[in-house]
Amino acid sequence: MNIHEYQAKALLKKFGAPIAEGIPILSKDDVDAAIEALPGPLYVVKSQIHAGGRGKGKFTELPGDAKGGVRLAFSPEEVKSHVSEMLGNTLVTKQTGPAGKQVNRLYLEDGADIESELYLSLLVNRETGKISFVASTEGGMDIEAVAEATPEKIHTIDVEPETGVDAETAGKVCDALELASDARTDGLDLFPKLYEAFTQTDMSLVEVNPLIIMKNGHLRVLDAKVSFDNNASFRHEDLQELRDLSEEDAKEIEASKYDLAYVALDGNIGCMVNGAGLAMATMDIIKLYGAEPANFLDVGGGATTEKVTAAFKIITADPNVKGILVNIFGGIMRCDVIAEGVLAAVKEVGLKVPLVVRLEGTNVDKGKAIINASDLNVIPADDLDDAAQKIVSAVKG
Amino acid sequence: MSILVNKETKVICQGMTGKTGTFHTNAAMAYGTKMTGGVTPGKGGQIWEGENGNLPIFNTVAEAREQTGADATVIYVPPKFTAASIIEAIDAEIPLIVCITEGVPVLDMVKVKEKLDKSSSRLIGPNCPGVLTPEECKIGIMPGNIFKKGNVGIVSRSGTLTYEAVFQTTNEGLGQTTAVGIGGDPVKGTEFIDVLEMFLADDATQSIIMIGEIGGSAEEEAAEFLKNEAKKGRKKPTVGFIAGRTAPPGRTMGHAGAVISGGKGGAEDKIEAMQSAGIQVSPSPAKLGVTLVDLLKG
Repeated sequence: MNIHEYQAKALLKKFGAPIAEGIPILSKDDVDAAIEALPGPLYVVKSQIHAGGRGKGKFTELPGDAKGGVRLAFSPEEVKSHVSEMLGNTLVTKQTGPAGKQVNRLYLEDGADIESELYLSLLVNRETGKISFVASTEGGMDIEAVAEATPEKIHTIDVEPETGVDAETAGKVCDALELASDARTDGLDLFPKLYEAFTQTDMSLVEVNPLIIMKNGHLRVLDAKVSFDNNASFRHEDLQELRDLSEEDAKEIEASKYDLAYVALDGNIGCMVNGAGLAMATMDIIKLYGAEPANFLDVGGGATTEKVTAAFKIITADPNVKGILVNIFGGIMRCDVIAEGVLAAVKEVGLKVPLVVRLEGTNVDKGKAIINASDLNVIPADDLDDAAQKIVSAVKG
Repeated sequence: MSILVNKETKVICQGMTGKTGTFHTNAAMAYGTKMTGGVTPGKGGQIWEGENGNLPIFNTVAEAREQTGADATVIYVPPKFTAASIIEAIDAEIPLIVCITEGVPVLDMVKVKEKLDKSSSRLIGPNCPGVLTPEECKIGIMPGNIFKKGNVGIVSRSGTLTYEAVFQTTNEGLGQTTAVGIGGDPVKGTEFIDVLEMFLADDATQSIIMIGEIGGSAEEEAAEFLKNEAKKGRKKPTVGFIAGRTAPPGRTMGHAGAVISGGKGGAEDKIEAMQSAGIQVSPSPAKLGVTLVDLLKG
């Protein structure tokens, strides 16, 4: 689960991180109170969407030379004019895709005098199985670009689970960021706190880009991106209120109610598959034969008729879907259960597009017999290659 | 021969009295696996009545190990209790721990991993289909009926793609020595390299199928490993496949570990690494078997 910058900052502040004063703006009525609450005279108005690249982003409703999704303001009037331009409009950044995202929330923050910008994140290092700091003196820019151009400027520092972030580990992070004097003292204080926030709330990522050294020599968290591990949500019910459903795809929200792993994509062939690896491979093979998948969908190993029906409904509700490929390798999942689920779903929601079904594995003969005995216009396929070719040619006509 | 498990392997089940544990213990016994008991705290002393025989239930793993001499355990407990169950098995010094459970918090696995690294136990998983040596031992949820005793070693991050590889090698008449599902989580007990090392050392394994997916760099490391071993003269014909060429960056594709993040973990890099290590990469998951047959013909 991702959260907004202002939520991430409020959370990190609770753990003692140095964060500027700031107020979220959810409607134009909030603006006056927000300005009132901050000292001024420098303000920052920041679009709150779950995507990076906001500063360089463009609003589709505004002229091309209008300012981006993060703006400085030098007076309350300027704040108001920015808010009226930004709130409710659509911001396109390099991470949103061409459709962009509607900006429904803004964050008004006290401005800072920046001396230098650094990069700091905490994540789980898959290679070592430990939590790691990733630190670089090259902050405020795209860290992937830094990794590409100057990989020697990115430092990874593992945290030993037994000791946590002790003085030695925090010192290593300070060294990587080349912190001295007051900034170093601030760093030695901040890094264990970030680690505590990470472990206590089961984050999968906290990224501070930039972490700044201010003109007064102290550190401040200028931007913050936080993601949580969905697998740990059972021990953090309080964090669920930070979920912003308007940031998520409606089909993905519906799928999550049925515990289906679903990711919406841009193509026109809907897929229903069991197993994450096979579901990805099914998308790949559709592409291999010249079409694009409309979604990733793993119905899981123990899917019931009800779950299969729900999955089928979500796929057919997508207006982009011009054909459907069902690909099942029944291990624990029995092919006859899938066949019945597909038939039940088709009876309920109708079938307006070509449907190719490939069944293999446990009870495959029963499953095929059920499909064949029905009067539905289902195109059977023998293996995944055959299935992909059939659905691609059916859609392309 | 085979790797990890064979007909002598004595297995206990943690979470045997639950619905999933019961179902798969029945299936394992039907396959001929030497199931010797189960662990459910509070039910020690009771008898589990299965379709293919009864088994004793113990309160702790240590007790089960002492009483049954088990050298492997399979874990089906819910995610919130999984880390504690794995750690209990490590503390009881069970040599092989296979964890099927999906949805274990990654920070729990960081704790498990630390403990595991200091022990002599091997953990397979979590979030995996298990390990199967045909006609000898089935630990986990793989469908036994698609296997055939033979000479291909199969290792995979994905369950259903493992079944594809098994099914296709069975149909080609090659059969398998052992199939190992290492699981789809970012932090896990066993990586490709560990299993590849075992397959290279196993005389019965004459060729290998390795199935990876997007996320992390385990495939690249495995390719590097095979390259270095080949220089020492240890080499077996290997077919590879990577799922997720079309996956968008930043999105988790079903498996917690299947995500391209920070520009790393994409499919093309992995395919390139495999090819440079002499692995024959199959363009399609439907062609794993024929690709291997062609490779073996030379």
